[in-house]
Amino acid sequence: MAEEDAGKARVDVVRAVKDAGLAGLLAFGLFLPLIGFQTVQNIRNEVALQTRFPLLFVFVAIVAGARLIQGLVIAPWRARRAAAPRSPSAGASAFAALFSRWLGPFGLGFVILYPGIVLLLAGFGGAAKWIDNFGIQILIYVMLGWGLNIVVGLAGLLDLGYVAFYAVGAYSYALLAKTFGFSFWILLPLAGMLAAFWGVLLGFPVLRLRGDYLAIVTLAFGEIIRLILINWVPVTNGYAGISGIPRPTFFGLPFNASDQGFTATFGLEFSPVYRIVFLYYLILGLALLTAYVTVRLRRLPVGRAWEALREDEIACRALGINTTNTKLTAFAMGGMFAGFAGSFFAARQGFISPESFTFLESATILSIVILGGMGSQIGVAIAAIAMIGGTEIMRDLDVLKQVFGADFDPTQYRMLLFGSALVLIMIWKPRGLIATREPSAVFRERRTISAELVKEGHG
Amino acid sequence: MEVFVQQLINGITLGSIYGLIAIGYTMVFGIIGMVNFAHGDVFMVSAFIALICFLILTTWLGVGSVVLALFVVIVVAMVLTSLVNWTIERLAYRPLRGSFRLAPLISAIGMSIFLVNFVQVTQGPRNKSIPPIVQGDFVLIDSANYPVTLSYKQLIIWLITALLLAAFWYLVTKTPLGRAQRACEQDQKMAALVGIDVDRTISITFVIGAALAAVAGTMYLMYYGVVNFNDGFNPGIKAFTAAVLGGIGSLPGAVLGGLLIGLIETLWSAYFSIDYKDVAAFSILAITLIFLPQGILGRPEVEKV
Repeated sequence: MAEEDAGKARVDVVRAVKDAGLAGLLAFGLFLPLIGFQTVQNIRNEVALQTRFPLLFVFVAIVAGARLIQGLVIAPWRARRAAAPRSPSAGASAFAALFSRWLGPFGLGFVILYPGIVLLLAGFGGAAKWIDNFGIQILIYVMLGWGLNIVVGLAGLLDLGYVAFYAVGAYSYALLAKTFGFSFWILLPLAGMLAAFWGVLLGFPVLRLRGDYLAIVTLAFGEIIRLILINWVPVTNGYAGISGIPRPTFFGLPFNASDQGFTATFGLEFSPVYRIVFLYYLILGLALLTAYVTVRLRRLPVGRAWEALREDEIACRALGINTTNTKLTAFAMGGMFAGFAGSFFAARQGFISPESFTFLESATILSIVILGGMGSQIGVAIAAIAMIGGTEIMRDLDVLKQVFGADFDPTQYRMLLFGSALVLIMIWKPRGLIATREPSAVFRERRTISAELVKEGHG
Repeated sequence: MEVFVQQLINGITLGSIYGLIAIGYTMVFGIIGMVNFAHGDVFMVSAFIALICFLILTTWLGVGSVVLALFVVIVVAMVLTSLVNWTIERLAYRPLRGSFRLAPLISAIGMSIFLVNFVQVTQGPRNKSIPPIVQGDFVLIDSANYPVTLSYKQLIIWLITALLLAAFWYLVTKTPLGRAQRACEQDQKMAALVGIDVDRTISITFVIGAALAAVAGTMYLMYYGVVNFNDGFNPGIKAFTAAVLGGIGSLPGAVLGGLLIGLIETLWSAYFSIDYKDVAAFSILAITLIFLPQGILGRPEVEKV
């Protein structure tokens, strides 16, 4: 068997070389205009051309080489592996079961202890960056992912304009706090309620739409909200955004160097790290609230109705479920959590502008939900850590500078890699990282079912 | 009156560009039921290819004839953009065929992000402007306070669009390739059973969509004289809106939708407020979908249990 395959692989050398040649030719055609030439502005601000043919040939060589390796090494290896009888290893699956059993509690423990660990390892000076850029940033996306998970993962309503609710929350907090001077703790629920209200308002007209139509209308709503934020200058200050947004306080104690401040009251030396750690626990609490509410709602009639709606809307109606209310509650719940996250975002940044609420943001959140495996809480968290943490790491990789030269700027390639990662992960695991699900209703015995068997996301 | 006629002319020009992009969306949606999110960015890439080709022709080769330059630029942009879209389909969408329905959508969003940033990294973030290619205009109504003009470049856009649409209509309705496409649209399994190479037909659909988008990209560059790496998103969304408005899956619908969106946008900018022109276009989209979910020329969707 193995010899036969090996023989076939040897015969295929000619084909592999031919394929590699074709791939190289294709790469040449693809990269010739955009990599072979560069448009630059000259002194008179006219666009002029420069050539980069060495770089073009490097790219062509990489593509051809990769295709050659694929044809000579990977394809025969794959064929051999497919031919070999598969033996399920009991040890691996037991480990997987143990892993999934303990991942949740262990992860929760880790995120609670995270600021302490970082403070111990990096000290007061270095910890701020790690808690702020990684901890808080990732947790915001975890929370947004969990919120969108209610709409997309549970109710199966494909929403491409989720960032609109995030924006409503952020602007509600910013405007109300600046105009009326209300505190963060009053405005947090208020911003959530306003965002939920917008969820219902936007949900009403789209009740009859399904699938891609729903996706495109929600996208349009997201864009409309952003355009209004840009153009309604007297209220939102347009592109310039709103700055000087009041920061949240610790039961009335502000995090500043004054005598009434947090540090002075507790007799500590002033450091901005206290505020960052406080914000970290705040967003952690909010994210856990989202997760807890979602888990509880899944066991309530409304949660069951969401999942039934995702599986089959017609059957749902036949059973007498009020699909209008079911969809609107999903939009409202999803919107509310985005509103919480938005007001937290505004309070953390102290400055917001429409730039933060573009379609790219919606796409990022949706990708996190789908990469994680729709409906899976742990999966969404893992996807958020991988995608957001990964792109944040790209911000400060000085190692790459030593490889590619001093003027190499890794931040430029952040979104490039993000886009490619989305495509690659989808090809690798189209159902997301965690593609099995726990049934919410159990008949006789509890067993997980493969996501291949459920058809969610049809709206 | 003069203002209205002028805006009509401008709107039809803009609508032609949207219509050409919209055909790419509607064909792909019709045949594999997928929203090709990267299509707007393929359009942007084609505009960049056209820009580079134009610069090579004028500054390096010193081609003086506008007609020749325009012809060569359009052909090169069509060929190279088709290659780009063929590769995208092969790498990012084909492995996902028959898989979970949202997977191609996310893959397309990833591809869209990739293309935008690829162009930004390779060509830089600044606006790329070129000197006007075609100048001059006809004066249609010689009014003292508001002369109505039809510029040569608008006329070129109309003519090329009409010519392409005629060719495209012939391709889809009269040739074996068009028949294969329509067959795949109706039932892929059945089409495969009667001997149609479904994968090849889908690839060709992507190639045709890209070629039309490339013409739109070239004309966009010629009309506005400037292109930026971010320019794919807005025309892309508008063209998708046009496809939905006309009835997604319907080819005449895509053109009609494109013209309507172009007209709505220009008339709204002229009579109401230029700031909210996109809001108007998107609101029209939402309103149409709510009251006429199948679009103007689309077939109503039948729900089967």
